[in-house]
Amino acid sequence: MLRRLLLILGLLLGASAPAAAPSSVVILSTTTSTQDSGLLDVLVPVFEKRTGLSVKTIAVGTGQALALAARGEADVTLAHAPALEKKYVADGKMLNRRLVMYNDFVVLGPGADPAGLRGEKKAAEALRRIAAAGARFVSRGDRSGTHTRELALWKAAGLTPAPPWYIESGQGMGATLGIADDRRAYTLADRATYLAFTRRIALEVLVEGDSRLLNLYSVMEVNAANGPRVNAAGGRRFAEFMLAPGTQAVIGTFGVDTYGQALFVPIAGRTDEEFE
Amino acid sequence: MDLLVEGVREAARLLLAGDREVWSILLLSLQVSGSATLISLALGIPAGAALALARFPGRGLVVSAVNSGMGLPPVVVGLFVTMLLWRSGPLGGWEVLYTPAAIVIAQAVIASPIVVGITLAAVQGVPREFRLQLLALGASRAQMVWMVLREARLPMLAAVMAGFGGIISEIGASMMVGGNIKGQTRTLTTAMVLETGKGNFEVAIALSLLLLALVFLVNWALTSIQQRHAR
Repeated sequence: MLRRLLLILGLLLGASAPAAAPSSVVILSTTTSTQDSGLLDVLVPVFEKRTGLSVKTIAVGTGQALALAARGEADVTLAHAPALEKKYVADGKMLNRRLVMYNDFVVLGPGADPAGLRGEKKAAEALRRIAAAGARFVSRGDRSGTHTRELALWKAAGLTPAPPWYIESGQGMGATLGIADDRRAYTLADRATYLAFTRRIALEVLVEGDSRLLNLYSVMEVNAANGPRVNAAGGRRFAEFMLAPGTQAVIGTFGVDTYGQALFVPIAGRTDEEFE
Repeated sequence: MDLLVEGVREAARLLLAGDREVWSILLLSLQVSGSATLISLALGIPAGAALALARFPGRGLVVSAVNSGMGLPPVVVGLFVTMLLWRSGPLGGWEVLYTPAAIVIAQAVIASPIVVGITLAAVQGVPREFRLQLLALGASRAQMVWMVLREARLPMLAAVMAGFGGIISEIGASMMVGGNIKGQTRTLTTAMVLETGKGNFEVAIALSLLLLALVFLVNWALTSIQQRHAR
């Protein structure tokens, strides 16, 4: 009965629902920034064509991407929260974590710069000044990679941010930038999303270049023991594809034609220690 | 203001240039929500008619539940359908999560109470004397139900409009069970959220205008049927 219902559904949907055999589907759980930047739209079709596998990209916050993978609801994960990732690797939920690329976070703020951040080189010191001035700061507040980094920076600054000047948007980077712009507030953003929004917002880059603002992306395979039906082989092929020289070359030039600069720097084969 | 003008221009350009991605998103939204509406009609009309004509203990409770269900939050449906369809969930063996079929299931769940509720009201709107007369004239019970449904068909078109209108513009469930996958499960509403997130407001506006036009066209077609017969 259920099978028949699904068959009818399939027929109703016609060609738009390719009836893929289980093993030919790879579920990639990843952060929104890789999708919002358009990088995956370039890479995934290449992978699919080369391997004949079909990729389902589930773009969510890094926290959720890892949580899904730990339940066996994904086959491979591309994330950007090294500390959190290492915890999952230590628990045996994720395997074979390898660096893929990096870009950086920037501290943005209104041109008037009420907390006087301009010229500051250290991100933690910048946050300390924002808190001291009681200037508005908009946080993602969604356990994403960017939010995780922001919390680490507050910790490094030795502070616990609190309302009323600390605002949690609970939304993606784009929406958060909009709120910060509207409220003339400071915020932390990944450079790729910021570049996509420069036309729409007046916020300026006030702090950049601190090693604490480095944004490392890694690929991890999902342990097949996490749940039934994990496509471990497919996940491994996608991870290897992300690290292949050809793919890395594409990553290194992605964004140049749209923004005049590359959005990511490929770093396959390097280690976390080199970036500390 | 220029953003809105740009949006309208972008919408016209995307449609006229025959942008393949936009057309396929439009087609998918129509197919998914159309299928879900059909399923909800197939389930909802018999259920609504039965509920209107039958008398049983606890009926009031069921009717209240249906009426509450008419406002079922899509994101709640999305969450539960996702958990059911997870690989580790009870229906994981179907392997339909992140496919159009998953969106159809979720949207059918959202639309069914709407169809049940409106059918219930429409059938109850048919005078009781009409039913008794039919039975007195020797109609079987099945024939009577059929005639009552025929009599209620115009108000029931509202069920189609409300059901379809509710799910084609729904976002929470589509995003959760479909995953907004490019070329596979990206619908008008999930594409709109994505494009807004990317800062491509013109494209988002263009997609909203398309959605509004689509909803209007479908309702216009149904309304003209309704009004023609009503005259």
